[in-house]
Amino acid sequence: MKAGGRSGRLAVVKPAPFEYVRPASLDDAVAGLAGDPGAKVLAGGQSLVPLLSMRLASPSRLVDINGLPDLDGIEAGPDGVRIGALARHADVLASGDVRRVQPLVSLALANVAHATIRNRGTTVGSIVHADAAAEMPMVLRLLGGSVDVAGPGGRRTIAADDLYVGPMESSLHHDEIAVSAWFPALGERAGVAFEEVARRHGDYALCGVAALVDGDSVRAGYLSVCDVPTVVDLTDLAEADLGETALARLDPGDDIHASADYRAQLVRVLTARVVAAAREMARMKAAP
Amino acid sequence: MTTKLFGTRVQRVEDQRFLRGQGRYVDDIDAGPHTLHAAVLRSPHAHAKVLEVHVDDVLDLEGVHAVWTYEDLADLSAPMADPLPLLIPHPTLTHARTQYALANGEVNYVGEAIAFVVADDRYVAEDAVGRIRVDYEVLPPVVGIEAARSATALVHEDVPGNVGARMEQSNGDAPAAIAGAPHVLTLDLTVERSACQPMEGRGTVARWDRDIDRLTVWSSTQTSTGVRAAIAVKLGLDLGQVDVVTPDVGGGFGVKINHPWPEELLVPLAARLLGRPVKFVEDRREHFISSAHERGQVHHVEVGFDDDGRLLGLDVEFWHDHGAYTPYGLIVPIITSTQLLGPYKPGAYRVRFESLFTNTVMVTPYRGAGRPQGCFVMERTMDAIAAYLGKDRADVRALNFIQPDEFPYDQGLIFQDGRALEYDSGDYPASLEKLKALVGWEEFPAFKAEMAAQGRQVGIGLACYVEGTGVGPYEGAHVHIETTGKVKVATGLTTQGQGHATVFAQIAADVLGVPLADVQVVTGDTRRMPYAVGTFASRAAVMSGSAIHLAATRAREKVLRIAADALEASEDDLEITDGVVSVKGAPASSIALGTIAVLSNPLRYAFDEQSKMATQFSVGDPGKPPVAEDDEPGLEGKDFYSPERATFASGMHAVIVETDPLTAEIKILKYAVVHDCGHLINPMIVEGQIHGGVAQGVGGALYERMAYDESGQLLNASFMDFLMPYVTEVPTSIDIDHLETPSPLNPLGIKGAGEAGVIPSAAVFAAAISDAEGFSITSMPISPSELFALRRLHQEEPS
Repeated sequence: MKAGGRSGRLAVVKPAPFEYVRPASLDDAVAGLAGDPGAKVLAGGQSLVPLLSMRLASPSRLVDINGLPDLDGIEAGPDGVRIGALARHADVLASGDVRRVQPLVSLALANVAHATIRNRGTTVGSIVHADAAAEMPMVLRLLGGSVDVAGPGGRRTIAADDLYVGPMESSLHHDEIAVSAWFPALGERAGVAFEEVARRHGDYALCGVAALVDGDSVRAGYLSVCDVPTVVDLTDLAEADLGETALARLDPGDDIHASADYRAQLVRVLTARVVAAAREMARMKAAP
Repeated sequence: MTTKLFGTRVQRVEDQRFLRGQGRYVDDIDAGPHTLHAAVLRSPHAHAKVLEVHVDDVLDLEGVHAVWTYEDLADLSAPMADPLPLLIPHPTLTHARTQYALANGEVNYVGEAIAFVVADDRYVAEDAVGRIRVDYEVLPPVVGIEAARSATALVHEDVPGNVGARMEQSNGDAPAAIAGAPHVLTLDLTVERSACQPMEGRGTVARWDRDIDRLTVWSSTQTSTGVRAAIAVKLGLDLGQVDVVTPDVGGGFGVKINHPWPEELLVPLAARLLGRPVKFVEDRREHFISSAHERGQVHHVEVGFDDDGRLLGLDVEFWHDHGAYTPYGLIVPIITSTQLLGPYKPGAYRVRFESLFTNTVMVTPYRGAGRPQGCFVMERTMDAIAAYLGKDRADVRALNFIQPDEFPYDQGLIFQDGRALEYDSGDYPASLEKLKALVGWEEFPAFKAEMAAQGRQVGIGLACYVEGTGVGPYEGAHVHIETTGKVKVATGLTTQGQGHATVFAQIAADVLGVPLADVQVVTGDTRRMPYAVGTFASRAAVMSGSAIHLAATRAREKVLRIAADALEASEDDLEITDGVVSVKGAPASSIALGTIAVLSNPLRYAFDEQSKMATQFSVGDPGKPPVAEDDEPGLEGKDFYSPERATFASGMHAVIVETDPLTAEIKILKYAVVHDCGHLINPMIVEGQIHGGVAQGVGGALYERMAYDESGQLLNASFMDFLMPYVTEVPTSIDIDHLETPSPLNPLGIKGAGEAGVIPSAAVFAAAISDAEGFSITSMPISPSELFALRRLHQEEPS
């Protein structure tokens, strides 16, 4: 079957032929993936569909998980936030509970693309798409979160530190589906902050930095400066040394939008800003 | 009482339709249930010999109806095997080259069409394209002006030095004037490539009707008559067998005035040969790599001036990157070389340019059409002189202005239309005063100091331009008053969102004394007006607006003649109000336009009340034929407007920017425009044109570029990486003031307004950023990353 129907009105969206399945159970979805080495999961489709339309990706089968039950949960408890595979960015961003339990998720989500993309795109989908320029993979890593996946052999949990193995490459097996993501709650006396510089509102950032300050511990996460989302420990450093110390562990690159030098400057500037802001938040929370 | 509509802020009559998604663009055209769809195989190489194209795997594919390569074209229609037309030849364009509809043995840019597939649907057509194999011999590519000039590799082996044209114009002896000047400066300036990027790309649908031996083509074009003529010739049809209809067009900005595109010929050819309607709609990537770009130029300036900053001599040499082919001739660099002068008297002037081939997408006019580059060069020069002499930048400009009493002012050069570069009217000192007030020029130094005290960096810039608009040769209009009293206006040029249905109706309604709602305007339909030129060069209002005024005036003359006869009154005593002609001071003695329309046609079947009503009047001489010798049946007016030369609009922009001392991000704090396009037909529409132009200019100055790598691959051929500004990047408000210096060249005193908003953008942003940073910006566009690099450079080597 060819996707998309044959109406001339749809002629400008023109993927190569693929098989489309819309399973009703997780087991069927996993079986759908396992049965075809060229299969891909379709969730929000905000990255995959443009690639299909431009024929930059030609999966032989799409396993549409939008019909699966109970995957759109957004649960915030004292320990953290669990976000289901079908929860849309917009719904996560709108959740007051999420903002209260782990404000960094909300701070970062506000920088994810545009409202129309957030309305369909899924947070878990973005996390396992493993784009080092995306906000949510970096946030998951900085917060020490994890992803629950289902495969033919059952379920397993992958810690964020073990999730990102290369550019646009996660450690999920081909026949595994990410079921949810887990973001630990913000500690009572901890502070977070997020800032990014993008060429245009909503674009992938040239550089983005998040900070997590908890007691003496100072850590910062970086997007768009390495091949994978990267976290650097900045504990026990003087204000003035933050940026250079971070840079020593990062590898900012050149592309058509920014030079490596400029990205390095953004690392310096944004690191100082977010660490200060996270410290300020922690200080305000600690204040009587 | 019908109020005069000319000059008022009439709401656009087309917006309800557009905003409700009811626009009908090429892809919306339903040419029939058996419509086939086309796709194109495009070159992946910037420069290669095409040794062989293997289509065997594709021919048997189910659903594929045709697969054509160059080898097939001659058999299908002999003229199709010739190169595409050189639309605008010029004696100095000694090495013009145009592409073939499908590559003939060689490709010269990534994206050049090689094979054309027609199939049941676009999916199958794309599948087929993917299965065509091509043997290439890759050749060294020429990318960028520097590579073109070095000529270590050649784009076309028979074009030495990659030079398509060398041209020189001068007025006086500039080198001598500069040699004798008290002060001399030299500048090297660069503007990079961008592109029009209309939301709707190119698209063509064609249907061959075998019952009447006639072809109907819908194309997203800026010239239906040009496309029609090209199709007729290339398909071997009579002009009378081809109709081209331009439906709603989702933006043009210049790229759609170039024609015919390969697909604009191949689609109708396929429709005729296969006997089924055929549709092609390009996608965004195709638009990036196979339509047209503009702007890329490198300039070297020498200027001599006196102690006050008065220009004595200006000598400009520049290199224009025209890409792989030259279908649109030298229009862009000729405009740059002449319009560079802006509102100034340059003293002696010499300009020389080379138009160079590169293995990149070809260059044709993009809104502004070479003027943004010229304006950038002239205005950077003005700023350099002011900086050198320590004078106010506005004062140096004012000193060099052509004065209001010097019009018409002949710059002593030949303009793009082959006519004298003679400015018809303008008041540049008044514009400058308005602009200074609008932006707060005098107050700015205090604001800058106040910001500096807060650790913030701000800068102000201004830039002036003159734009030749409304170039000929002509446009025509046909006005028909129907028996319902409704007025149908047809003009041949096309519409791509400007609001023609509104402003043309305003003009006709005023002449004929009818309500706006009773006027309906049709554009770009060769069935309604077969003689027309097209919509480009800010010409629609001037050309078709004037033609409609003239045609409506002819219709009015006939209205009054018949009404005078019917009412037994003198024409001089008649007036038309709300669609009714009456005797002044005797409103009871009146006759509706619809009734006059009935009377104008001696064939009077009584179909309706209007016809019956007409029977109470008696017109004509019963002793003569029902249609007099010098008359025609019907209530119509037709006329053409053909001006002696272009009319020159002008304007000035100023911007205040803030640059972040750490991240080098550039923020717009205030944007001000003073604009003079003569009498305003509809101020709201003119302001809309300015808003759009400024938005596009912000893109060109701060965001957009064509990122070619050294092998000629375009690295940012998508809207993810080609950074058109969103609404979030455009100034939230643009302060606009108008000056209305009428043109003496047309009956309405109007000048064009379409391109103005974009012309000074690169110049004005470069000026403001330079002012904020304390060093001169010489290359545009500029990104934060580049500004950061420049800061480093200037810290290391203080200028």
